[in-house]
Amino acid sequence: MKINTLSQLSKLREDGAAVCQLRESGIGGGSTAEILVGMATCGVAAGGKQTFAALERALRNRGLSHVRLVKVGCIGSCYCEPTIQVNIPGQEPVFYGNVDEDAAIAIVDSHLLKGNVLESNRLQIGYEKAGLNSKGQKKQQRIALRNCGSVDPENIMDYIAFRGYEALGKVLAEGNPEAVVNSIKASGLRGRGGGGFSTGSKWQATAQQPTGEKYIICNADEGDPGAFMDRSILEGDPHSVLEALAIGGYATGANKGIIYIRAEYPLAIERLKIAIVQAEELGLLGKNILGSGFDFTVELRLGAGAFVCGEETALIHSVEGGRGEPTKKPPFPSISGYLKKPTTVNNVETLANIPPIILNGAGWFSGIGTEKSKGTKVFALVGKINNVGLVEVPMGTTLREIVYEIGGGIRNDRDFRAVQTGGPSGGVITKADLDTPIDYESLKEIGSMMGSGGMIVMDDSDCMVNIAKFYLGFTRDESCGKCTPCRIGTKRMHEILERITNGEGVPEDLVKLERLGNTIKISALCGLGQTAPNPVLSTLKYFQDEYKAHVIDHKCSTGSCKGLLRYRISEEACTGCRACVKVCPVNCIHLANKPAYRIDSAVCTRCGACLAACKFDAVIVE
Amino acid sequence: METVKITINDIELRVPKGRTILEAAKMIDIQIPTLCYLNMEGFHIANQTSSCRVCLVEVVGRAALVPSCSEKVTEGMVIRTDSAKAVAARRMSVELLLSNHPKECLTCQKNLECELQSLAQRLGITDIGFEGEMMNYEIDHSSLSLVKNPNKCIMCRRCETMCNEVQTCGILSAISRGFDAYVGPAFHLDMVDTSCTFCGQCVAVCPTGALTEVNNVRDVVDALNDPSKHVVAQVAPAIRVAIGEMFDMDPGTITTGQLATSLRRLGFDGVFDTDFAADLTILEEASELVHRIKHGGRLPILTSCCPAWVRFFEHQFPDLLDVPSTCKSPQMMMGTIVKTYYAEKLNIDPKDLVVVSIMPCLAKKAEAARMEMDVDSMHNVDLVLSTREFGAMLKEAGTNFAHLPSSDFDSILGESTGAAVIFGTTGGVIEAAVRTAYEWLTGEVLKNVNFEQLRGLEGIRSATVKIGDMDLNIGIAHELGNARKLLEEIRQGKSHYHAIEIMACPGGCIGGGGQPYHHGDMEIIRKRQEAIYREDAGKTKRKSHENQEVLKLYEEYLGEPYGEMAHKLLHTKYTAKDRI
Amino acid sequence: METTKSTAMDFSKETLKALDDYIESLDDKQGLLIHILHKAQELFGYLPQDLQLYIARKLDIPAAKVFGVVSFYSFFAQEKRGKHNVSICMGTACFVQGAERVYDALRSALGVEAGGTSEDGLFTLNAVRCIGACGLAPVALIDDKVFGHLSEEKIKDIIKEYREGMQDEDQYAESAV
Ligand SMILES: Cc1cc2nc3c(=O)[nH]c(=O)nc-3n(C[C@H](O)[C@H](O)[C@H](O)COP(=O)(O)O)c2cc1C
Ligand code: SF4
Ligand code: SF4
Ligand code: SF4
Ligand code: SF4
Ligand code: SF4
Ligand code: SF4
Ligand code: SF4
Ligand code: SF4
Ligand code: FES
Ligand code: FES
Ligand code: FES
Repeated sequence: MKINTLSQLSKLREDGAAVCQLRESGIGGGSTAEILVGMATCGVAAGGKQTFAALERALRNRGLSHVRLVKVGCIGSCYCEPTIQVNIPGQEPVFYGNVDEDAAIAIVDSHLLKGNVLESNRLQIGYEKAGLNSKGQKKQQRIALRNCGSVDPENIMDYIAFRGYEALGKVLAEGNPEAVVNSIKASGLRGRGGGGFSTGSKWQATAQQPTGEKYIICNADEGDPGAFMDRSILEGDPHSVLEALAIGGYATGANKGIIYIRAEYPLAIERLKIAIVQAEELGLLGKNILGSGFDFTVELRLGAGAFVCGEETALIHSVEGGRGEPTKKPPFPSISGYLKKPTTVNNVETLANIPPIILNGAGWFSGIGTEKSKGTKVFALVGKINNVGLVEVPMGTTLREIVYEIGGGIRNDRDFRAVQTGGPSGGVITKADLDTPIDYESLKEIGSMMGSGGMIVMDDSDCMVNIAKFYLGFTRDESCGKCTPCRIGTKRMHEILERITNGEGVPEDLVKLERLGNTIKISALCGLGQTAPNPVLSTLKYFQDEYKAHVIDHKCSTGSCKGLLRYRISEEACTGCRACVKVCPVNCIHLANKPAYRIDSAVCTRCGACLAACKFDAVIVE
Repeated sequence: METVKITINDIELRVPKGRTILEAAKMIDIQIPTLCYLNMEGFHIANQTSSCRVCLVEVVGRAALVPSCSEKVTEGMVIRTDSAKAVAARRMSVELLLSNHPKECLTCQKNLECELQSLAQRLGITDIGFEGEMMNYEIDHSSLSLVKNPNKCIMCRRCETMCNEVQTCGILSAISRGFDAYVGPAFHLDMVDTSCTFCGQCVAVCPTGALTEVNNVRDVVDALNDPSKHVVAQVAPAIRVAIGEMFDMDPGTITTGQLATSLRRLGFDGVFDTDFAADLTILEEASELVHRIKHGGRLPILTSCCPAWVRFFEHQFPDLLDVPSTCKSPQMMMGTIVKTYYAEKLNIDPKDLVVVSIMPCLAKKAEAARMEMDVDSMHNVDLVLSTREFGAMLKEAGTNFAHLPSSDFDSILGESTGAAVIFGTTGGVIEAAVRTAYEWLTGEVLKNVNFEQLRGLEGIRSATVKIGDMDLNIGIAHELGNARKLLEEIRQGKSHYHAIEIMACPGGCIGGGGQPYHHGDMEIIRKRQEAIYREDAGKTKRKSHENQEVLKLYEEYLGEPYGEMAHKLLHTKYTAKDRI
Repeated sequence: METTKSTAMDFSKETLKALDDYIESLDDKQGLLIHILHKAQELFGYLPQDLQLYIARKLDIPAAKVFGVVSFYSFFAQEKRGKHNVSICMGTACFVQGAERVYDALRSALGVEAGGTSEDGLFTLNAVRCIGACGLAPVALIDDKVFGHLSEEKIKDIIKEYREGMQDEDQYAESAV
């Protein structure tokens, strides 16, 4: 079947209206109950497949085979995966978390059979769903993630039911590419891939190039370790990206879209492939889309494990089949990109915002957020936080709201230490800045950056020097090696941090770190090197005392830096049982003051074996 | 021409649009150091990786510094090349490079010719604040031509540009990533196991000692010190216009006479000119051309005196081995004649003969050992020195080269014509061949021997030369990338040429991989070319078949050009090789 | 000295055919080098030199280029890998939840560093970045299976289970012969 006109598309949407209503509010949602099961990578990893199978069995055994089981993407509540949503016509949808096999059976028994919500697993989602949950002021607002968890990503009809491809239809019907660019510009949408450049302006730059071969590329490399917003969108709502690419292609004059996706995301790749086939079958991709005369195809290109390939020029070289080495800008890809042709590169989340902007208008979007940062931002909230998960909040939300209200505060009631935003390119935000409204400019001001949306929460057991070393180790490993400051500079910075965390640091090392860091920032060729020193510079700034403790007193207050630990046996507590002596791999425990033993610190490798072996708590670590 | 107004270090100026900051600064004599940058516009050779970060300058209003070597000027740009920020960053780049570099200048082949070294000197770097781990790759001594020391590689990528873009050999690539990255061949293979042509163009542009020639000076000195050996030298055409540069003489100074004298003083027993063999080559090659034309043989004929080019077609066009001429190169013809004719004449056992070649070329080192060249299972050339090595040998001996008196090369293999000298530049071999073929084919005397249409430095040139009633279509290519284009035409059956000359190096042998370093200055190569034509113009004999000693050689020993004996001694064969 | 290494492929004809067919099916062969390498690794398990050379010749591009690409991307393995791929996530979320300790435990349990294969040929250890299951941090993948909320003890037990499971399988295989 091919859709040739806008009205055919509307007809399909109307056919799906019931499904949509059932999932959004329960009201007017047809007659069939359904259970949505979160089956993104995260859900599957947590046991989603088993949950699905358990539900299937339970439904069958209880004669409830008419209840539809639907695989959906994830709702971002990582801390209580697997999650499901039970939709019964005429009733408000109910979410459940931590749905293992037992819970799945219990939910079928209680909720579907008896109509009693299983309160023990009930999950209150933190965002607005149209017509639902709107009683309380919710902190979250879902635009990019709007369909994640609501639509079956492998079924284009679901997407169409949720107004999918309507924006593309609208744009093609209006037939004014320039107006599309202007509207995106007016919306104030800025790139969510890290740079924060105006998406409309970028589109304009490509659009203004003479007509001819042009490309639009979706950057789905998502290399920031600990960030998974883009994966979630691609796994939960792949069509939104395809639709946006087509809109962008139309606006900029490109007839070919490319999605560059990391190979580490097999499920997302699979779902994108399915989505492309389905869209082509319906004629929503391909030749003469919706009878408009506009041709547009989308192709997938795989990464192969290189963080730097997220950088747009490196990405383009990788798409061309080469080493992912960045090249100097200018020229920018919008002038000379893939195959040296004008190319727009947009991030997944950026693109996911496009259809709603087209449908609801630039004014609607620019009404959300702060003066210079419009709309919402998705964050992957992880680390020492209770509600680990994906959150989408309007720009301007404060960190405190995210950490304490949405995130449910610090795990195990420990003390908040810092949040790292911007991943390996970003910096730490400390307690003092918890009330900073999150937007591009404010984060930059306090030495961090928006980045792609990783938000790592750390508590008082995390050593900031060690964290800085972790990030530097990452950038050193991921440096493409092309330019001097990054290739050798990050290596040297990491070596210094290694020395410091091994207890061999000297105060002068801090000066060197700062000098190296500040210089690499302004000398490196691409964004990777230019931001690589940030985690060190920002921790040096905010946790100077901690660094000093490492290089002057040779102490790590959190005990994270093994090289700085000292193992000692308390003479009072030691019974002379020799358990530790037997396990010490370097034989450095000797009889001292009978019966007590003593550790020869110069030889001790700090392996911790004696600590584990001593039944009398006589081994002390300092 | 459209210009833009910019300010550099408070000086306002207008510069043509499209220029880089580096070029603009040069216009007002502001020096900015560079390292990775290489730009030889006339040859279309450009390495603009912007990777070393040694040329960073500040552009007011921008947070990050910009690489002046590749950043183009824009209207109103305000640039500071001397700000503390820029100076410190440039220094840091050099310090970081040095922190990962074996600092063994004293014994480095590149000592005093090394751009990294001179940069360190210029920036006054006396200590490096960031010691740490250094790269530790194996040094590749596998080939007879070049040594590869990855530990001295600074990732400037110039060699890659030369090998992949200019020569299209594709031997080199950046390998690995991050700190481990360096430039090398596939699978860390030894160079000798690759399809490297040993053209040495990577060596010619490498700013450091990461790529250098195999140094054979000690072997030559040992041979000279061995009383049982009769050591003869031959000097290639392109040496005489280049070696002076190593002795502070202007590029393009002709030093033919000094060369003969210097060799004699060093103790060589015979001092010969490869130009003699170049004339010999022409007689063979022109005969082969005439033969192919007259007998409907395969056309076009391709010259075969450049061994890098020979290796190139063996690896890259193994299906076209019947196209090139079968003539040995002049150096090998000379070696053969020395070990046969000369040995006989002087009654010396060829085993006691050591033939040393002074060549502009690194491929000649490998060529000397080609089995296909051997006569009676003996190598005909024993040792090959590059111009640079020979210059170093002279320096070591304390020779005051610039002020040496002139002398002639030794007779029976010392005479040469102007046709031979022009072998040293692109277009020369074919011009020399035409001078002879013309007279042979028409039976007329050629009055104007200057075929201007064959000269120049364009990568591919073509000309039609009227010889009697025949239009001889001639093609000329230098740089192997250009050669590839002509070869592809032949492969596709689209070539309309009768004869093609190919030289691997930019400009031909005057730009050879063993010549004094040009450090990216194309003017030097231009001057060498001018000198070559000057030397030719100054000769009384300018056609190879007028070389009396060559004619005598045929008379006394070889018989007919392209005859049986000539075939045995002066021709060779080619072997198809895999591409890797 | 003049002969370069031949392409002595010791791979089965069918697998090679599958690769050929795949390459034939592509329009932009050289641009899709990375896809071809993915496919080759999927078919052969890793990318030995001969295979890289084979691909280079097939695509008519220099072997150095293929090697430059293979050695750039961490996804490509040039050495034969163990029966199981153990990938420990060293992404930030996992790191702050103690992935380093789990990693240390894995290294000592397998006796190899990242990229290495255990002596018994059963496991190849890799450190990877975020596999998108941060909610379960720290996590590791064994082949396609995700193991979450790991501790030093837990990972050692899992490895032990795999080892024992393998032993059983091997015994079974032997008795079947
Ligand atoms: C080292 C580095 C890594 C990057 N990684 C990503 C990435 O994984 N995903 C992404 O969308 N953008 C990434 N970017 C940003 C891209 O270069 C580019 O700005 C972005 O894809 C443009 O899309 P946007 O304007 O929609 O943000 C990275 C940049 C750098 C310097
Ligand atoms: S900054 Fe790093 S990643 Fe970027 S080009 Fe330089 S070496 Fe490569
Ligand atoms: S920590 Fe390890 S090395 Fe040190 S004393 Fe205890 S057992 Fe021995
Ligand atoms: S195990 Fe504990 S009590 Fe026993 S000897 Fe060691 S330190 Fe003393
Ligand atoms: S390459 Fe240059 S800097 Fe390095 S050792 Fe040789 S001369 Fe010195
Ligand atoms: S400059 Fe220094 S290293 Fe060189 S010779 Fe003189 S003292 Fe020795
Ligand atoms: S000698 Fe010539 S062919 Fe060989 S690597 Fe160097 S540039 Fe390439
Ligand atoms: S080998 Fe020489 S020319 Fe090649 S990248 Fe290294 S330093 Fe540059
Ligand atoms: S052009 Fe001359 S110097 Fe260059 S490789 Fe050929 S023969 Fe040697
Ligand atoms: S539950 Fe899917 S991203 Fe966390
Ligand atoms: S000379 Fe400009 S970056 Fe190297
Ligand atoms: S950081 Fe380990 S799964 Fe994301």
